[in-house]
Amino acid sequence: MNRKLLAAPYLVWVAGFIIIPLLFILGKALTTADGGFTLQNIAAIASPIHRKALLLSLQLALLCTVICVLLAYPLALIVRSSKLNQQSIVMFILILPMWMNFILRILALQMLLSNNGILNMILSRFSIAPLEIINTPAAIVFGMVYDFLPYMILPVMNSILSIDNNLIAAARDLGANGFHVFWKVIFPLSLPGVASGITMVFVPAMTAFVISDILGGGKIQLLGNVIEQEFSVSMDWNLGSGLSVALMLFILATSLLLGRGQNQSDRGRLLW
Amino acid sequence: MEQTTMTSDSILELKHIHKTFDDKTIIDDLSFQIQKNEFITLLGPSGCGKTTTLRIIGGFEKPDSGQVLFHGTDITNYPPEKRELNTVFQSYSLFPHMNVEDNIAFGLRLKKKSKAYIRDRISYALRLVNLEGFEKRRPVSLSGGQQQRIAIARAVVNEPKILLLDEPLGALDLKLRQEMQHELIRLKNELGITFIYVTHDQEEALTMSDRIIVMNQGIIQQVGNPVDIYNEPQNAFVADFIGESNIIDGIMVRDRLVTIGGVAFPCVDEGFSPNQLVDVVIRPEDVELVEPENGLTTGIVRDIVFKGVHYEIQVDSQIGISFLVQTTQAFSVGTSVGIRVIPDNIHIMNKPISSDEQIIDKDA
Repeated sequence: MNRKLLAAPYLVWVAGFIIIPLLFILGKALTTADGGFTLQNIAAIASPIHRKALLLSLQLALLCTVICVLLAYPLALIVRSSKLNQQSIVMFILILPMWMNFILRILALQMLLSNNGILNMILSRFSIAPLEIINTPAAIVFGMVYDFLPYMILPVMNSILSIDNNLIAAARDLGANGFHVFWKVIFPLSLPGVASGITMVFVPAMTAFVISDILGGGKIQLLGNVIEQEFSVSMDWNLGSGLSVALMLFILATSLLLGRGQNQSDRGRLLW
Repeated sequence: MEQTTMTSDSILELKHIHKTFDDKTIIDDLSFQIQKNEFITLLGPSGCGKTTTLRIIGGFEKPDSGQVLFHGTDITNYPPEKRELNTVFQSYSLFPHMNVEDNIAFGLRLKKKSKAYIRDRISYALRLVNLEGFEKRRPVSLSGGQQQRIAIARAVVNEPKILLLDEPLGALDLKLRQEMQHELIRLKNELGITFIYVTHDQEEALTMSDRIIVMNQGIIQQVGNPVDIYNEPQNAFVADFIGESNIIDGIMVRDRLVTIGGVAFPCVDEGFSPNQLVDVVIRPEDVELVEPENGLTTGIVRDIVFKGVHYEIQVDSQIGISFLVQTTQAFSVGTSVGIRVIPDNIHIMNKPISSDEQIIDKDA
């Protein structure tokens, strides 16, 4: 069969669902409501209200990413040192939540964290003052970590588990103690996985709006929420597109920055 | 066979090492000594315990019982980083995230050597393995043979007292392997250190070693220099594993006389009981094909194959035994020949008393 023919469905997909929508967004972003050319929609990112939303998005996404790394990395090290048949069980359990719709999971989290929710019920049993965590940035970060952690765990674990035991034996043989083995062998060889994980968590955290909507009670405006409202409430598709493009450029810039550190190592590749 | 006293030149001694994995005995009461400056080879089929022995010496495995002594000091419980020896791994195990220079400097930097010293040692080591100018190359950009040389350089810059080599040439093609064998002998002489080499390749072992320890099923079968191991195998396993052999049932009628299938063959062995059942070992190159009337027995040429240096001939003898013969002379199939072996080339061995001394059934 003709190989080009086999590629056709993918070409249609890429064109129809990636390139054309992107061009459409770019077109909207660069025009006014009357159709004239403008950079105002993209430049609007610099206005105080949008800048504040971008900054908050950045802060929460970074916090979420850091927490995910701190949770995933030691876990991967622990799994590495465990027996082989246990490794697949751990992987399975960690992926299990992904079988459930993520909005459902966030709604469940909302009930869990709400002021009269399960968490505070349990706390009151122990006469501990209720936590007012719902509708705060902390709740949003909690939700993001809950949702995106598997995307950190998989690449990080993958890179750490694939490090050849002989490399560690070689390092020990050359005089490295446990501390040296970690810093000179395991850590540098795990970096490609960490970089992939960071990209896979940071990008969706940066563009999130459903999580912040549900767990932030609609009071906390991330850039994702602002864009969503431009499209669905204000119906200003041009401004919404402009802010989207600005956000995309911002993410692209951070990815490139990350990718540059990545080139230091020949091993492994960025997922994106 | 076992020595427990330390001689003055002994650098390493293993005493009564036992090791089991999942209830399977890998090493069974292994004891041997290694002299300073020796090139010693642990030789045996896969699963014979040779690599486990090396890993115990390197500190990567702990024996269940027994001792490893280094210059008389018990190092059995020392971790690898505390042992004055370095290993060249079968898979090379170069650090993929470092260039050649950083790989070689790894051990020296951990020992906090000065920059100037490290630079000197790197260029010395690269010169030693004939890879000058490769400092900035990445391991992935090197061929298997080059990676192997870097792995050797990375180990020897640390000036180990003993270099452990785990089938280091296993992944190389024949030509390169032969080249590297000579390189390793040169290296050993230049460095003046002890080499402990693990291989399943008998030719490699015979070429390079001062002394060979032949192992099977975790038990030492024979220790000796290559010539002795080849010419005087102690049991059927060794005879079969080292080179090709005719291993034939015989009866030791009296000193210096063995009968095979009723035909008397004069030999040089003594000290067996009268009419003892024995294994007779005759190397293929030691079987002489002569005119039928001049042979101790006669046979018919069944098969002949040209092997380059010699012909390999199967001769079905009158006494019911098929002999493998190597000779530079060609015979056509069906020719009647006489079979002769001079007494010196007949080796008598006791019958195996345990499974590890038996030949490995290659068809199994």
